[in-house]
Amino acid sequence: MTRKQRRLTLIAVAGVVLALATALTLSAIRDSIVFFASPSELSLNPPPPGKRLRIGGLVKEGSIVKEGLLIRFDVTDGAKSIPVRYQGMLPDLFREKQGVVAEGTLEDGVFIARTILAKHDEYYMPREVVDALKDKGVWKHNEGVKK
Amino acid sequence: MIAELSHAALAVAFALAAAQAFFSFWGASQNDLRLMAVPPMAAFGVLAFTAASFAGLTYLYVTSDFSVANVYSNSHSAKPLLYKLTGVWSNHEGSMLLWALVLAIFSALIGFFAGNLPPRLRANVLGVQGLIAAIFILFILTTSNPFLRLEIAPAQGQGLNPVLQDIGLALHPPLLYLGYVGCSISFSFAVAALLEGRIDAAWARWVRPWTLVAWLFLTLGIAMGSYWAYYELGWGGYWFWDPVENASMMPWLAATALLHSALVMEKRDALKIWTVLLALLTFSLSLLGTFLVRSGVLTSVHTFASDPTRGVFILCILVFFVGGSLALFALRVSELKPGGIFAPVSREGALLLNNLFLSAICATVFVGTLYPLLLESLTGEKISVGAPFFNATVGPLALLLVALMPTGPLLAWKRGDAAGVAQKLALGAGVALVLAIAVFAINGAPFYPMISLAIGIFAIAGAVTEYATRVALFRVPFAETLSRARGLPRSSFGTLLAHFGIGISLIGIAAEGGWSVEKIAAVKPGETVRIADFDLRFRQWIERKGENYRDLAAVFEIRRDGILIGELGPAKRIFVMRGQQTTEADIRSFGLSQLYLSIGDPSPDQSVALRAYWKPYVLLIWLGAVAMALGAGASLSDRRLRIGVPKAAAKKKLGLAPAE
Repeated sequence: MTRKQRRLTLIAVAGVVLALATALTLSAIRDSIVFFASPSELSLNPPPPGKRLRIGGLVKEGSIVKEGLLIRFDVTDGAKSIPVRYQGMLPDLFREKQGVVAEGTLEDGVFIARTILAKHDEYYMPREVVDALKDKGVWKHNEGVKK
Repeated sequence: MIAELSHAALAVAFALAAAQAFFSFWGASQNDLRLMAVPPMAAFGVLAFTAASFAGLTYLYVTSDFSVANVYSNSHSAKPLLYKLTGVWSNHEGSMLLWALVLAIFSALIGFFAGNLPPRLRANVLGVQGLIAAIFILFILTTSNPFLRLEIAPAQGQGLNPVLQDIGLALHPPLLYLGYVGCSISFSFAVAALLEGRIDAAWARWVRPWTLVAWLFLTLGIAMGSYWAYYELGWGGYWFWDPVENASMMPWLAATALLHSALVMEKRDALKIWTVLLALLTFSLSLLGTFLVRSGVLTSVHTFASDPTRGVFILCILVFFVGGSLALFALRVSELKPGGIFAPVSREGALLLNNLFLSAICATVFVGTLYPLLLESLTGEKISVGAPFFNATVGPLALLLVALMPTGPLLAWKRGDAAGVAQKLALGAGVALVLAIAVFAINGAPFYPMISLAIGIFAIAGAVTEYATRVALFRVPFAETLSRARGLPRSSFGTLLAHFGIGISLIGIAAEGGWSVEKIAAVKPGETVRIADFDLRFRQWIERKGENYRDLAAVFEIRRDGILIGELGPAKRIFVMRGQQTTEADIRSFGLSQLYLSIGDPSPDQSVALRAYWKPYVLLIWLGAVAMALGAGASLSDRRLRIGVPKAAAKKKLGLAPAE
C-alpha cells in the first residue's frame, strides 16, 4: 500500500466510527430525552398520553395520601396543581411544601410517576423548580438556596 | 490567628506560583540556566505554603473554630473526628484549596524528578504549572476564601450534610483531584512542546508515566464515587449518568486514549500531533469538569454553591487555558513533523482505532452532558438527558471497543498479521461464546447483558491469551515459561491486568443489568418476603445510637432454604442537629454477589416499605476498576526503573543522586 492509500484507509475507518457515533447520538436524542414542564404549562399544553416527561414544583400542603406503597400527592407551582400517583419508595427529603421533580407520564389528568427525584440536602431545590416557581411569582429570593 | 496565618500563607503561595511562572518563561526565552534554576525551588515553596494553608484549615476544623465562617457552615463539635477532617473538603472553598494543594504536589514532583529533562523543556513545563497554580490560588483568594471570620462567633456549627458523612466520600474527592490535576502535567508538557516547536519520542516517555499516575487515581476516584453512591444513596444503582459523574468520566476517557497514543509515539514516533492535542484536551476536560461542578450550572450533590462570580471566574479560567492552548496548537502545529508510517493492520492501527472509539465515546458523553445546558440557554426549553441516552450511545461504542481490545496487544508493530491474531483469539472467542450460551440456557437473558457478558469474557480470554503467547505457555517447558515471565517488562503485566480489569468490570455490569432481582413491598412485623432464593422475615424495629445520629432500623432475618444465615438492619438515620435523615442500606455479600436492603419511612401501623435487591456478581464492577489501577501501578513501577535507573546511576558516581 502506498502512503496515500494508508492514509485514505485510516480516514475511512475514522469516518465510519464517527458516523456510527453521530447516528447513535442523533437517534438517542430523538428517542430518549425527556422534556420538563411545570403544572401550569401542562394544563395549558397537555402532552400526548404515554409521552415521558418531567414535572416539578412544590408538594402541596395536606395533599399527601399513603396507602401502603401507593402514594398520591399534588404538585403545585402556585397557579396550577396536578395530581401525582407514585408506587414505591420516596426519597428522604420528600416533604410537604418542598420542591420535587417527578418523571413519568400523564394519563387522564393524573401524573403517573415512575421516579421521584431525590434531593440531597434541605437547601437544594431543583433548578427547574426554582424557575417554574419564579414564573408564577411564588419564589422568594433566598428561599431554599444555600447562602 | 491560625486562620489569618493560613490566609497569608496562601497569599505567599500565590506570589511564589506567579514567580515560578515568570522565571520559567523568562529563563526559557533567554535560555539562561541560572534563571531556569529558580522554578523548581519556587515549586517547592508553593507546595510548602499551600500545604501550610491547608494544614491551617484542617486545624480549624479539628478544633471546631466556629468563628471561621467556613467551619461554622460545615462542621459541628459533636461530629466524629474523621468527618471533621473530611469536612475540610466537603465544601466549595475547602475543596478548591485541596485542588490547589494537589496541583502544588504535582508541580513539586516535576521539579524533583525532572533533573534529566532538557532545561528549557523543564522550565516551560514548570512555567505552565506555575501559571495554573497562580490562577487557581487567585481564584480561591478572591472568590472562595475559606478563612473568612464571622463577626460574632457562634457557639455551635451547622454540621455537615449527612449524606457526606461517610468514609467513601472521605476518599472520593482527594482521589479524583489527584486524577484531574494529574492531567495538568501532560497538559503542561504539551504546551511546553508547542512553545519549543519540537517534539519527539523522549517527550512521550516523559508524559506517559505522569498520565499513568493521573489515570490510576482517576480510575480509583470514579470507582470509589460509584461504590459510595451505590451503598449510600439507597437506590442500589452504581452509575446514574449524572452530569457530574460524566464530568469525571470525560477526562478518564481522554486520559485512556492519551495513554495509548503516547505509547505509539514513544515506540514508533507516530501520532505525535494527535497525542499533543489529546494531552491538551484531557486537562481541558478536567477543567470543564471543575467548571461544571463548581460553577453551579448543574444542580446536584456535588454543587456546593451557586455564586455567579465564581462561575464567571472559573469560566474565564476555562476559556483562558482551553482557548489559549488550542490557539497555540493551531499556530504551532505545522512546525511539528509527522512521524513514522504504518499499515492499517498493525499495533499502531489498533491503538489508533482505540483512540477513535474512546474519542467518539467521550464526544457522545460531552454532547449528552452539555446539550441540555445549550438548549436551555438558546431556547429556554428544559430537557433532561439521562441513562437511556447514554446507554443507547455509549453502550454500543464501548462494547465494540472492548470487543476489539484483545487484538491490539497481539498485533505486531508496523505491519500486523490479521489471520494469525484471529487464530490466536479463536480459542478465547469460543470460550466466551460457549460460556455465554451456557448462562443463557440456565438463566435466560435480555439481549444487551448477554452480548456484554460474552464480550467481557472474550476480553479476559484475550488478555490472558496475549500474556500466554508472550511467555509461550504450554509450548515450551514450564520452567522456561516462568523465566520468560520474569524477563517480560512489567508494563506487559500492567497491560494484562488493566485489560483483564476491563473484562471483569464489563461482566459485573452485564450481570447487574441482566440478572438483578428487585422487590418492593410493604411489610409488617412478622411477615416474610421472598427474593431470589432468600426469605426475609421482618422481625422488629430497633433503635441504635451513633455519635451524632440515631438509627431506626428494621431488622430482617435472612433465611436461605429455610436455614437462618443472618440478619440485616437497613435503617433510617436521623441526624439530630440538622433534623435530617438519610437512608442507610444494609448489604450482605455472598461471594461476589450482594443482597441489598433499604427501607422507606415507617408507617403508623408499624409496617415498612422495603426495597430489596439481589445483585449477582455486582462486586466485579469495582474489582475490575481495582485491577485496572493495579495494572497502571505495575506499568508505572516498570517505567520508573527504565527511565530513572541509567541516569540516576550515572549521577550517583558524582554524588548528585536525589534522595529516594
